[in-house]
Amino acid sequence: MSDLLWILLSAMVVNNFTLSLFLGLCPFLGVSGRVETALRMGLANIFVLVLTSLCAWALNTFVLVYAPFLRVISFIVVIASLVQIVEMAVKKFSPTLFRQLGIYLPLITTNCAILGLAIFQTNRGYGLFQGLAFAVGAGLGLTLALVLMASIRETTELSDVPDVTRGAGLVLIVAGTLSLAFMGFAGLLSGA
Amino acid sequence: MKETTAREDLLRGIWRENPVLVQMLGLCPTLAVTNSVANSLAMGIATAFVLLGSSVLVASVKRLVPGEVRISAYVLIIATFVTVADMALEALAPGIHKALGAFIALIVVNCIILGRQEAFASKRPVGRAALDALGTGAGFVIALVLMGSVREVLGSGSFLGHPLFGAHYEPWVVMILPPGGFLTLGSILIALSWLRRRRAAAAGEARS
Repeated sequence: MSDLLWILLSAMVVNNFTLSLFLGLCPFLGVSGRVETALRMGLANIFVLVLTSLCAWALNTFVLVYAPFLRVISFIVVIASLVQIVEMAVKKFSPTLFRQLGIYLPLITTNCAILGLAIFQTNRGYGLFQGLAFAVGAGLGLTLALVLMASIRETTELSDVPDVTRGAGLVLIVAGTLSLAFMGFAGLLSGA
Repeated sequence: MKETTAREDLLRGIWRENPVLVQMLGLCPTLAVTNSVANSLAMGIATAFVLLGSSVLVASVKRLVPGEVRISAYVLIIATFVTVADMALEALAPGIHKALGAFIALIVVNCIILGRQEAFASKRPVGRAALDALGTGAGFVIALVLMGSVREVLGSGSFLGHPLFGAHYEPWVVMILPPGGFLTLGSILIALSWLRRRRAAAAGEARS
């Protein structure tokens, strides 16, 4: 059990997907303008990450043992169809949620965090439950980074920063500082 | 779409519409693997190869692919070339393959590649698509090597593994760690924006 907890914590803060592995940077830079949208995007990501982890585990166990060279292709096909199915299901069962998620749902397909999760999980040989813990941790970490970034950006919008740094440059420097702060968590695991 | 000359197709992606520095696409690999010049170069070349292969193939089969499923078809084509690149790198340079790890497979979701297919290769003849892919690929390699050079020189005090400053140099370790990636790219973007502004101001003065 503590093994699962470590996997979760490690994926969430120590090896945060966005701030130390650079996965999922597009939404991180793209939709981190407002806290509310950032939170929603994060939650949608957690959901898809968990489903992906399940599918990747099933694929690895039942199919890819016979044809390992099909890994990249089959993962991307499964993720794309998964997102499509989730989109249709949400639209059918909860139109309100569907409206709230809006464009973010289809965008998740091209989020490298999702494919990254499937590949990391395979490379590290995680089992079903380890994979699920990894997915939840990664999703929480992604949400945490998005919300932090959005809060900082809401503030910098209003502050008097040098004109030339406005836009992507400033966001990246702020992300660098956040990433430095997250390096502080690195000591957490060595205690285990 | 505006008609362009072959020369323009080739040169556009290298600097004026550089995929990373101007269009801000493909940032994951740009930040993740540029902690040394060798890694940056390998990643750049692998991506450029995938881009060239998929552009040529997409441009050749564009009449056969129905519009509704074109994105899925492009993704499959890209994934195929990524698998080839992955295996080739594993066979030719196992050390670098290990250092790049999962990021080779993640070339599939590099938005530069899908972006070029959708915006260019699916509408143009094969030759032009190849030129565009070469230009954009070169632009990506340039951006990556620029990042890799800054980070390796400051972070390890070396270039392509050759030490530069002698034994007394205290490396800025943070530059080869994740925060260094963000800080380097942020600084490069701010410097470019400053240069652009200065040039615009100079042009404005010359006119008046």
